[in-house]
Amino acid sequence: MTQFLFEADLHGLLKLDTPIPNAPPARWQRKAKESDPGPSPAFVSPMKPANRSYSSSKTPSKTPGKSGSKIQSTPSKAGGDRYIPNRSTMQMEMANFLLTKENDPAEESPTKKEQQKAWAVNLNGFDVEEAKILRLSGKPQNAPEGYQNNLKVLYSQKITPGSSRKNSRYIPSMPDRILDAPEIRNDYYLNLIDWSSQNFLAVALDNSVYLWNHASGEIIQLLQMEHPDVYISSVSWIKEGNYLAVGTSSAEVQLWDIQQQKRLRNMTSHCARVGTLSWNSYILSSGARTGHIHHHDVRVAEHHVATLAGHTQEVCGLKWSLDGRYLASGGNDNLVNVWPCTQGGGGDFAPVQTFTQHQGAVKAVAWCPWQMNVLATGGGTSDRHIRIWNVCSGACLSTVDAHSQICSILWSTNYKEFVSGHGFAQNQLVIWKYPTMTKVAELQGHTARILNLTMSPDGTTVASASADETLRLWRCFEMDPIKKKEKEKANSAKTSIIHQSIR
Amino acid sequence: QLGREHQGITLRGSAELVAEFFSYGINSILYQRGIYPPETFTRVQKYGLTLLVTTDPDLANYLNNVTEQMKEWLYKCIVQRLVVVISSIESGEVLERWQFDIECDKTAKDDNGPREKSQKAIQDEIRSVIRQITATVTFLPLLESTCAFDLLIYTDKDLAVPEKWEESGPQFIANSEEVRLRSFTTTIHKVNTMVAYKKDSVP
Repeated sequence: MTQFLFEADLHGLLKLDTPIPNAPPARWQRKAKESDPGPSPAFVSPMKPANRSYSSSKTPSKTPGKSGSKIQSTPSKAGGDRYIPNRSTMQMEMANFLLTKENDPAEESPTKKEQQKAWAVNLNGFDVEEAKILRLSGKPQNAPEGYQNNLKVLYSQKITPGSSRKNSRYIPSMPDRILDAPEIRNDYYLNLIDWSSQNFLAVALDNSVYLWNHASGEIIQLLQMEHPDVYISSVSWIKEGNYLAVGTSSAEVQLWDIQQQKRLRNMTSHCARVGTLSWNSYILSSGARTGHIHHHDVRVAEHHVATLAGHTQEVCGLKWSLDGRYLASGGNDNLVNVWPCTQGGGGDFAPVQTFTQHQGAVKAVAWCPWQMNVLATGGGTSDRHIRIWNVCSGACLSTVDAHSQICSILWSTNYKEFVSGHGFAQNQLVIWKYPTMTKVAELQGHTARILNLTMSPDGTTVASASADETLRLWRCFEMDPIKKKEKEKANSAKTSIIHQSIR
Repeated sequence: QLGREHQGITLRGSAELVAEFFSYGINSILYQRGIYPPETFTRVQKYGLTLLVTTDPDLANYLNNVTEQMKEWLYKCIVQRLVVVISSIESGEVLERWQFDIECDKTAKDDNGPREKSQKAIQDEIRSVIRQITATVTFLPLLESTCAFDLLIYTDKDLAVPEKWEESGPQFIANSEEVRLRSFTTTIHKVNTMVAYKKDSVP
């Protein structure tokens, strides 16, 4: 339909004998309007003439030209000229009105008054008899010249000028493999992929979970929800890689045995979908849409051993630290909470730290593997910042603006870097050097926002799941073979010392 | 300050709370919508959140004037609405309109006892509204051109216009989409928040 309107517009513009839509009214028109101040506004700009005609009939009760008139200050150009230095502070229409209006009041019948009142209420949104609108004059200085609204720049970024720093290593810009992930749910708050230490990549596609064996390439469908409306909201492998925890939209946390492809447990303790899971040896922590985090001891029948209430909205990020001392959680309420592994004096779990600096939902939460007590967090669309924290002191060690929604952060020990996954506008992965926080590389290829990232057990490959229904595997942390040998030598040297002491 | 928590809410206390909310709310809108450069804002802790307020002295002064005036009018229960109008500087077109409706319980002026509502509960409600304002950036259309803002206050008809203020029109948006945000109440004043933005002409 819009193409007809467009055509009509074009024709309207090209015709030279139609009346000019926004011209100031001719004198004879104004006189006609004032002698008959009925509600017949030109429909092109309904507010201006109606206001004028209304106020002209109201002036008799007050001193003419003063408080009865309504001002609409519509500044035109910010720039000025010699005669009028600053057009935006001039009130052209007010001045014009005052100069041209006639002073004699018009007679009106009661019905006309009613009609006008109805129009006024309609146009102004309230009864003008009851209230008036005030505006503080002397507007503050506008943003300086040349200030371009930042948001426009970052939300319309197409291609960033690439980071000019040369990498000392080669990072392939194309993914190693692309896997199909049909029906993957495009929901920012879910955590749908995880890679086990046995090299199985678990992917939740709507109501089924598939396992992809990285070594052999074979695909197994592990499970499918019985109820068609229930979907999987999170998956997480236990450290040993033989059990998979699955969180569902029906608030269940299920435990599956991979060898036998059987469900071992179905733990129900939440009342809303379980969007995130994290293991700490035999304790499985789950975060739900209610904002509650439950600890489950999977060895015992009474699995629900603790509740952590620190969020008022959906918990979307949950990670135990590698030494198991702290649990970091991020929620849709923009908070990051750091919980201790043991209860406080009162028997209640209270966070040792709460960080409020993020201005958006915090889904990306990751602990630094080589530095104690260092946590990285990333914010959603409203925030777009990556922050690094020391959880003991509570200090924010560094912040960097990533210009895009952050869905996940993964640290890499091989190169002391971390990778972050992003959404609009480039849907890229960015590799950052720590602690200098400089960009090492940007990996592009996804055509829709990235939802999750997970790392292979050998630490060389990162898998990204995206709303474009693909999984891409990026071999970005490949170890140099020489460096690899050195690392292995260092590791083996350590073990031999241990052996000696045991003897 | 400690005593306040137990005393309950008085009319003056409520007026202060609401005026304070407006000050932080307007600052947040100016930051989130990019009306002023983000470097001119600094972070402060308020309501258990990290909020951004301007460091520009002229702007801070301007906002202070408004806040002080609002406090007085809220105390007298004669203000009905506060509107933040965001318009393009070149074309003068109104692009966005943030409307805060205020319902005042006039009986609070008469009875002398404070109302029962904890500061914490009010803070929680205010926190939700401010978080929603921050989150609106995810759906509000981009402000393409450099914009300026205007503050309009709807007061009772017979109020004497104080110095520095002038009467104005409502500055509605011609073709708008409206979104209602959360509201909060101090039991004396209730504030409803709503944002209207220009509907995109090209679907």
